[in-house]
Amino acid sequence: MIFSEQWLREWVSPELETQQLIDELTMAGLEVDGATPVARQFSGIVVGLVESVEPHPDADKLSLCSVSDGADSFQVVCGAPNVRAGLKVPFAKLGAKIIESTDAKPFKIKKAKIRGIESNGMLCSSEELGLEESSDGLLELHENTSVGEDIRSALNLDDTSIELDLTPNRGDCLGMIGLAREVGVIARQDVKPLDFPLPKESIKDEFEVKITAKDACPRYLGRVIKNINLNSESPLWMKEKLRRSGLRSIDPVVDVTNYVLMELGQPMHAFDLAKLEGHIDVRFAKQNEKLQLLDGKEIELTPDTLLVTDASRPVAMAGIMGGIATAVSDQTQHVFLECAFFAPLAVAGKARSYGMHTDASHRYERGVDYQLQRTAMQRATQLLLEICGGDAGPITEAIGNLPEPIEVRLKHSSISSLLGIQMEPEEVRDILGRLGFGLVADDGEVLSVSVPSYRFDVSIEADLIEELARIYGYNNLPQTGGLGNQSLSSKPESHIELGQIRQQLVALGYQEVITYSFIEPSLADTLFPDQPGVSLQNPISADMAVMRTSILPGLISTLKYNENRQIERIRIFESGLVFQQSGEEIKQTAMLAGLVSGNKMPINWNNNKDLSDFYDLKGDVELLLALGLEPGSYTFVSAEYACFHSGQCARIERDGATVGHIGALHPAMQRKMGITGNCYLFEVELAPLQKRRLPAAGALSKFPEVSRDLAILIGSNYAAADVLANVRENAGDYLTDLRIFDVYQGDAVAKDKKSIALGLTWQHPSRTLSEDDINTIISKCVNGLQDKFNANLRN
Amino acid sequence: MADTDSLLAEALQAIKDSSDEKSLESLRVHYLGKKGTLTALLKSLGQLPAEERPAAGERINIAKIEVQQAIETRKSSLIEESLNAQLSSEAIDVTLPGRRQSQGGLHPITITIDRITSIFETSGYDVAEGPEIEDDYHNFEALNIPSHHPARAMHDTFYVSPGTVLRTHTSPVQVRVMEGGKPPFRMICPGRVYRCDSDLTHTPMFHQVEGLLIDENVSFADLKGTVIDFLHAYFEEDMPVRFRPSYFPFTEPSAEVDMGCVSCAGKGCRICGHTGWLEIMGCGMVHPRVLEMSNIDSTKYNGFAFGMGVERLAMLRYGVGDLRTYFENDLRFLRQFN
Repeated sequence: MIFSEQWLREWVSPELETQQLIDELTMAGLEVDGATPVARQFSGIVVGLVESVEPHPDADKLSLCSVSDGADSFQVVCGAPNVRAGLKVPFAKLGAKIIESTDAKPFKIKKAKIRGIESNGMLCSSEELGLEESSDGLLELHENTSVGEDIRSALNLDDTSIELDLTPNRGDCLGMIGLAREVGVIARQDVKPLDFPLPKESIKDEFEVKITAKDACPRYLGRVIKNINLNSESPLWMKEKLRRSGLRSIDPVVDVTNYVLMELGQPMHAFDLAKLEGHIDVRFAKQNEKLQLLDGKEIELTPDTLLVTDASRPVAMAGIMGGIATAVSDQTQHVFLECAFFAPLAVAGKARSYGMHTDASHRYERGVDYQLQRTAMQRATQLLLEICGGDAGPITEAIGNLPEPIEVRLKHSSISSLLGIQMEPEEVRDILGRLGFGLVADDGEVLSVSVPSYRFDVSIEADLIEELARIYGYNNLPQTGGLGNQSLSSKPESHIELGQIRQQLVALGYQEVITYSFIEPSLADTLFPDQPGVSLQNPISADMAVMRTSILPGLISTLKYNENRQIERIRIFESGLVFQQSGEEIKQTAMLAGLVSGNKMPINWNNNKDLSDFYDLKGDVELLLALGLEPGSYTFVSAEYACFHSGQCARIERDGATVGHIGALHPAMQRKMGITGNCYLFEVELAPLQKRRLPAAGALSKFPEVSRDLAILIGSNYAAADVLANVRENAGDYLTDLRIFDVYQGDAVAKDKKSIALGLTWQHPSRTLSEDDINTIISKCVNGLQDKFNANLRN
Repeated sequence: MADTDSLLAEALQAIKDSSDEKSLESLRVHYLGKKGTLTALLKSLGQLPAEERPAAGERINIAKIEVQQAIETRKSSLIEESLNAQLSSEAIDVTLPGRRQSQGGLHPITITIDRITSIFETSGYDVAEGPEIEDDYHNFEALNIPSHHPARAMHDTFYVSPGTVLRTHTSPVQVRVMEGGKPPFRMICPGRVYRCDSDLTHTPMFHQVEGLLIDENVSFADLKGTVIDFLHAYFEEDMPVRFRPSYFPFTEPSAEVDMGCVSCAGKGCRICGHTGWLEIMGCGMVHPRVLEMSNIDSTKYNGFAFGMGVERLAMLRYGVGDLRTYFENDLRFLRQFN
């Protein structure tokens, strides 16, 4: 909300500079977002009286004016179309200075000859004073303005428009009356009461009002005003106050309702009485009802929308916007004024659901004072009659189910226990009293107050304590050294922190990235066609419309992004949740994924430029799996997935369950996505990775190790893992190490064969293994390989 | 005993001429070994007249010692020569770079969350995590934000289905922990959150760390102390911190926390919008209704909660200018944190 500082000061004017006032408001919880002067900086401009006007002898569009500053008369040449004798206008005298913007040099008014005629000063428009962006004539001042008075004081221009960013609980401060009350409490100053002459009821005309939706519309006031003159114009003081509150002057009726909105925080609406039929009824929309709004939009109404209707049709979306069919136009003679209290719950969220936001909906959603409607109606009537004339009928009031008044109890001791301060009961009562709370009882221990009808945010003790803390000043409240924990907390050793896994990858040269959790649907479909994803109903853009079922699309996009920036060697990883629809449920699984592309090692003077391959990535993954101290519990099984190269992809299993996969990006995907480099990827579930076996130390054998190498020829289609498993099965209990130290396929062996060289090591805990022991085991192993794979020892 | 002298002279010359340890060893065998020439001389002493034997014997022994010493001396100089030769032949340019993997690193958001976490862990706060696709109840209702509450407009929620949202803050994690446990609680909840907003100062996904402490007799003074201590610890600077009344449906009283600008020390600059203050987090005393909805006795327990944006803390700490760079993952940007 934007308001004028001077307008506020008409109600309550603490001895604070503008900046101090701004700081006080902010520190009381009414955050000030900005402040701008309401006019340009200038001096030497006074109220001038145009005494006479004659045409310029040498220019059609210029006039020669005699202008009085109250003491002397000056000849001024003026080009404005609305200049005429008897007009009072801003008159910039010789020597006046105008600063157009903060950085600009002052523009100085000097004696000048215009088309040969001497001009001693300048008559000003509102644009020249910085009141409006543009204007097409002189600013016409009220006839009561006293000639010669400095224009700054005549128009009260030493004023600031202050913009508040109010939190949604403070709807009561969306009008000057509430804001003044707040400032009155902060400054401990009494606020001037609202005072205006009550308008005369000169006719008996009424328009019937009834309420069907009694909870949604607890109060509805209507009034007929006949024979208004819409050709009249709102007075400058009103236009100025509205302007300084960020509202444009439209016509006297709109200006008056806007003025009451700003002054009291009460939205109002005026209908063209001639266009209303029968009666007013406030009810919820029926199926298939439509309403064309003031802004021209035609709305199909949902049944939860509260409407103001007449006997035949909806005439307004209650508390949001009026309809165009019954709007006041320049043909209007008689109006029907509406001043209602619509319940916050009935209005909240409705405007938003239609993509709208209005000054009225903003206030009704937050809560308007439900006792204010009669005052607001009288105020609007008085202003309207003053400006447009006309005859007012009596107020017609319909009552629905008004809110129950609330009482809240506050234990004095709660103040000190929650805030850590002692507050005198007298001060407590003073603060609450100034905020409008009514004292019901105070026995010295418990205070009981009634909540004013404009505070919708106070219902429990903590709410009152906040009010006290706010006014006392949060920064004046004490602080402790914080609350440390008295006992030690334990961290399970069987759990590996994500941080340790990350550090392992960092040590292996990986860079962590963070990609969006929502990705492009087509990318998800291409890479993971079989995984049912989760779509957003309201994505921010089409390329962020589904939740990722895998981290890999994000990593591949990151590869692409960096390739486009000439970064060709990439090792990246990311951890986070992935999302899968599984029946009714959405599965959210924490994953870890990585990608390598480019050379094995950074370019250096002493290494070759080999590209990374599957085994480089697999080695890194194996190191991660080994963190849990049970690397043997994982197996890599050849597998096929849409996004991976069919010959270079493995499923990672632990105890038979799939926990991840690893492989080369499918060449077709690579081509489709325009990735030029090699690309290897892995993704594993975090949960199994974070489980650690507690180490259990055993005695070390004192007896020598025995090692043997075996070279076998075997069909090239057999998997190394199966060979190792077979050997391990036959190699006895004392096998301590088994590794493949060479794999050969080529000219020296048959075409469909490969040679595998195995290194075996044994150690017995309590004796030296004999040559015979080993020979027996070896032949068992060889026989096993022969039986299972038809493998032969290589010579 | 001309033989001894000439043999000695011959031996010394040969030792001097020897070029490696191996030939030196064979010289030792040749002269001093069991069958060596000097040893043989000693054995032939018996052929001499008895009166000449002592003198001749002494001369041979002296010659043996002399040869022995010459061999030793020559040996050590040969070893030194060969070490020197090895050292000079093996010299390398130590200024050439080492052979290694590239330098990896963590994302600045992770670095920041880790730092926040480690500060709170010293005070016994646990780290809790939860789902990112949340139900309406945990994201809103249980936090005292009913469906038509105007505060929902501040959240710009992403919907998966009418009752399911992408969490707009990490507060639902706190609700889940409170539902599943017994007070006292002290925890922080870091993680991704989502709001349907994208411009210069908003990304549709960002990170929050929220903290919660529930115990008996917790006061606003404890909240102030905790928040101020944290900011001083995080920024390693004792900048001023101020609390402004604000509004969050789940806390009462609620406060917005400003700290003196770390860039201009409060003088006013572009970063703080020339106010000298930076909005850094929201906090407040947990609303009794929130406690009750999680089945915690609000007459016995109370507490405070606070929440901060990780991107903002990282921006201020590391001078990141543009929020969007966090998720573009340009490696040149990320490597600045390694």
